[in-house]
Amino acid sequence: MIRVAVSPEPIDVAAELAAIEALAAGAVATFTGIVRADDGVTLLELEHYPDATEAALAALADEAVARWKLAGAVVVHRVGAMRPGERIVLVATAAPHRREALDACAFLIDRLKTDAPFWKRETRQGQAQWVEARDGDTAAAARWRHG
Amino acid sequence: MDLLYFAWVRDAVGTGHERIALPENVATVADLLDWLAARDDRHAAAFADRDRLRAAVDQRFAGLDARIAGAREVAIFPPVTGG
Repeated sequence: MIRVAVSPEPIDVAAELAAIEALAAGAVATFTGIVRADDGVTLLELEHYPDATEAALAALADEAVARWKLAGAVVVHRVGAMRPGERIVLVATAAPHRREALDACAFLIDRLKTDAPFWKRETRQGQAQWVEARDGDTAAAARWRHG
Repeated sequence: MDLLYFAWVRDAVGTGHERIALPENVATVADLLDWLAARDDRHAAAFADRDRLRAAVDQRFAGLDARIAGAREVAIFPPVTGG
């Protein structure tokens, strides 16, 4: 089971988890990305490259399912305007055992950050600014290319 | 050929989409950036720092040295920041 979605709608974690838990695979791991409230950001806007985004997420999900022999993988990314505390992204993986589920979940969020065409713009004190990519994200994604 | 721009590249160029007829001497993404930059100041400013630019050819990430002959769509954008 692979589910990839990009949508301006709020992410319904309960519904997404219910679907992947229903596989009864043994272990489900999740990652949720949330708009930070602690550094003055009042608005976060997510832009993406329609079609290319979904294709990139599907390719990552396919790779994770094959590499860790997952029963299921879910990647749901919100786009458009979000407020602090709202969900940006949800990754969930299902596998027979926790190690595969946890590793695959980390792989998906690390690689999503470098391989999927999304761009963040933050508004602080009424000033909007595009977010710069972080070197740490590139390093985190790169570690999955070895072993 | 359709050209797409995203994030601050779109802001700098002033549009998210334009359609061009590709000249024969434009072989790679980098050549395309050179050709566009020579046409007007907005493109020149947007493409001034090549280290800050990434590209996709027919919706797949590609280096600026990627060849574009026969491509339907080329996108130019900053390093991605999703998740």
